[in-house]
Amino acid sequence: MTDNSIDAQWPLYEVFVRGKRGLNHVHVGSLHAADDEMALRHARDVYTRRNEGVSIWVVRSNSIVASSPKEKDPFFAPSGDKVYRHPTFYEIPDNVPHM
Amino acid sequence: MTDHDSAYEGLVDADSHDQWAFGTSFDDPLAGVDTTLAPGIDGTDLAKYCLMLGDDALITAQRLAQWSTRAPELEEEVALANIGLDYLGQARLLLARAAAADSTVVPVLPDGSPIPAEDALAFFRGEPEFRNVRLVELDNGDFACTIVRLLVFSTYRLAQLHHLRSSRDPVLAAVASKGVKEVTYHRDYAARWLVTLAGGTDESRRRTEAAIRRVWPFVFELFEAHPVEQRLAAAGAGVDLSTLRAEFDSVLAQVFHAAELPEPPGAKATSVGGRAGRDGIHTEAMGYILAELQSVARAHPMGRW
Repeated sequence: MTDNSIDAQWPLYEVFVRGKRGLNHVHVGSLHAADDEMALRHARDVYTRRNEGVSIWVVRSNSIVASSPKEKDPFFAPSGDKVYRHPTFYEIPDNVPHM
Repeated sequence: MTDHDSAYEGLVDADSHDQWAFGTSFDDPLAGVDTTLAPGIDGTDLAKYCLMLGDDALITAQRLAQWSTRAPELEEEVALANIGLDYLGQARLLLARAAAADSTVVPVLPDGSPIPAEDALAFFRGEPEFRNVRLVELDNGDFACTIVRLLVFSTYRLAQLHHLRSSRDPVLAAVASKGVKEVTYHRDYAARWLVTLAGGTDESRRRTEAAIRRVWPFVFELFEAHPVEQRLAAAGAGVDLSTLRAEFDSVLAQVFHAAELPEPPGAKATSVGGRAGRDGIHTEAMGYILAELQSVARAHPMGRW
């Protein structure tokens, strides 16, 4: 092997696509690419070929910090019984969108 | 509300079929389009011209489809297949336009055959009736060879389509307007890969340079105007190929400069008595392409697909 040797696999990227009617970018999957620009193009080719998207984000998978399944209870259980945190005790006027 | 069970739920509008870029059925591709010939444009010439443009796209699509299940990466396989499908779409419209301009170009099928004209042109013409340039027939070779061939073809095609947007034939102008967006991406894809391959490893550089030597002898033919092309250009429906060469050369010079590749060789593949792809004279690869492309359809001339 020389200095020109390359990794057997390209790094993994996560892909987020915003649809025509969508307000947010939604995670749609992952792919491999050699660099950021190639990841964007691969995302276009793999995830928007059926006219789904108007905007794409890609990010290296190892840049994402994720919560651990082991922390599930301390993270999420305490919010389970705090019904008063939901804004369901208000009438929402008809002209307030996206609630 | 977004349904988080399916990532795609938030992307598609369930009430419409907008996500199906081509609809869910395959009717007449020129339905609702006015195919009347503009004054001063000869129907026979226009049909032949559309066959040239359509066959370039059709054979390119067939070659790119051959990468399916064989590409070096899954993502590249999808990319090459997408590009091939773009060209297939262009071919379909152009072959349909050829048939509408002059129905005598369409091969005669048994009475009652449901096969539409554009399919008859794709599947039932013999090799000498195909009008594509020989460049698009070349073996896929390795990935570098396919990239070099795609870069040359998409650069040439984009220059053609840019001009055809103002064609006096409204159908050609519409096909060109749609195609410009597609081919812009193809050229970008191929150019980026050429730079990557040329600047990659010693091996990728060696293969890239070999691919350029393999493909370049077929470049000159792209700019040799056939009498049909000359007449259509004079009538304002086609492209004057002599105006394209400078644009083609300057785009490729930029890419080659970025890839730190030397100027491409000037070698020219031989033609047969001055005749080549546009006259129906093809390379030995063409017969194999057509056998694969046509054999199923030819076995079932009454078939419905």
